[in-house]
Amino acid sequence: MTVMVEFDHLSKSFGDFCAVDDINLTVTKGEVLGFLGPNGAGKTTTMRMVSGFLTPTTGTARICGHDVVSAPTAVKRLIGYMPEGSPSYDDMTVSAFLKFIAEIRGYSGAERDARVARVAERLDLRDVLARPIEVLSKGYRRRVGLAQSILHDPPVLLLDEPTDGLDPNQKHQVRGLIAEMAAEKVIIISTHILEEVEAVCTRAVIIGRGKVLADGTAADLLARLPDHTAVSIILPAAAAAHAAAFLRNLPAVAAVFETPGEKGRIRLRLTPKAGGIQVEEIAAAVRAQNIPAIEIFQDGGDLDDAFRLITTGGVSQVAA
Amino acid sequence: MRYIRIITKRELAAYFSTPVAFVFIAIFVGLTGALTFYVGRFFDRDQASLDGFFAYHPWLYLLLVPAVSMRLWAEERKSGTIEQLLTLPVTTTQAVLGKFIAAWLFCGIALALTTPMWVTVNILGEPDNGAIAIGYLGSFLMAGAYLAIGICMSALTRNQIIAFIAGSLVCFLFTMSGIDLVLGAFRDWAPVALVETIASFSFLSRFQSLTRGVVELRDIVFLTSITTFWLFATVLFVDAKKAG
Repeated sequence: MTVMVEFDHLSKSFGDFCAVDDINLTVTKGEVLGFLGPNGAGKTTTMRMVSGFLTPTTGTARICGHDVVSAPTAVKRLIGYMPEGSPSYDDMTVSAFLKFIAEIRGYSGAERDARVARVAERLDLRDVLARPIEVLSKGYRRRVGLAQSILHDPPVLLLDEPTDGLDPNQKHQVRGLIAEMAAEKVIIISTHILEEVEAVCTRAVIIGRGKVLADGTAADLLARLPDHTAVSIILPAAAAAHAAAFLRNLPAVAAVFETPGEKGRIRLRLTPKAGGIQVEEIAAAVRAQNIPAIEIFQDGGDLDDAFRLITTGGVSQVAA
Repeated sequence: MRYIRIITKRELAAYFSTPVAFVFIAIFVGLTGALTFYVGRFFDRDQASLDGFFAYHPWLYLLLVPAVSMRLWAEERKSGTIEQLLTLPVTTTQAVLGKFIAAWLFCGIALALTTPMWVTVNILGEPDNGAIAIGYLGSFLMAGAYLAIGICMSALTRNQIIAFIAGSLVCFLFTMSGIDLVLGAFRDWAPVALVETIASFSFLSRFQSLTRGVVELRDIVFLTSITTFWLFATVLFVDAKKAG
């Protein structure tokens, strides 16, 4: 696997405030890295350093072997970058703006027009090409920002909150586009929308106060939750007391919590002992006892819980 | 060079994307004409020269040139497009030069539209056309120097109004330092060398010698080095204040 992006002790301070504190990461071709963190964690500052906009206080980043501190222009040629909020020249038309970007990227004449036409097609911008950017909706503006970032088909794509402000259909479209491009590129997405991580990212890095707090797949993050193997059973209220008494005595179960559900049903949530619970074993035991369960499912918490836990310091270990 | 040309093209198009550009040019051309004829008493002078016309340029530039340059960086920072621009494969120097050249061409266009004055004096008499050409060159160089100051002030703030006022103020200091009113305040107590230094920084005296039709290399060098200095400062400020 080719390492294409390397963060090497990347740090940035603004006066006394340390926004990004010694981040080390390597990203290989084909990875879609979700860069997560609470607001103010240092996501945008990191993106700005990797894109060559801000100079790191110490450390550096390398893109395909080019150092962003010593060879910023070479790095800028290799990346497509969509800044936060996708700022673009409001007084220009979409077409004029994309042509300007294409020229700066080194295309002219027919090649330039073909590139603009292709990204307009891919991002569904053909209807607005002749309109000034200032009159466009947020969704269109975001897609203009995306269009300029992929115009030169860069090996590395940095997208700062690419689906912010898009409606569900547009989000689906942009995620499809990212998935389509992923195999040949490195794509780094900064976001605080966690569903995005499950939808498109092969890897998630959570940062908080400028440090890497967790690094792994979505499943790895979920495994951080202490009750990540918990199981819930939904059953009629009449059967709840008997079932709870039985389940509480199973060897893997630490505790059973009852919560009333709708239509006279009860939800029993079984939290695990240290070894964890296998949902299949619970299902088998429930069947053997003829407990009239309506639903049995893994209920270990979601990425939101994992994110909260990791970023509020609930989990002590830090990824190596 | 290619990057500078692309940025210049975009900036120049940006000027003409709103009617403001045309209003600006109309004001410049109208005011130069009005000042020459009514305040400068063009006909009463009974001379086929454009001295009276050029005399008002420094004062017009004082207000009009910072208005041309005020948006160049302040707007980029306000709207966040500076991040877009400077993550394209262009250097800050290329971006500064591209913007400066666009603004300078814009002033050049406004200046070129005053040439009916030149035609007029040729119809009315026999002016020294060489002197007038040098006057135009001097005026254009001086506009460049004012612009360089204005673009530097624009790089220091995200507020265009502040960029305009600061630009006018600094241009005002550079213009006024040559007139007796200002020099008189120093002459009583300051050493002669200081007074001479202050006077030598005046755009006014440099420009006046050019409009008299005397091409002195040092005047041209002075105006171009002032321009270079402020553009260099602009590059430093843009780099230093990118994040702010």
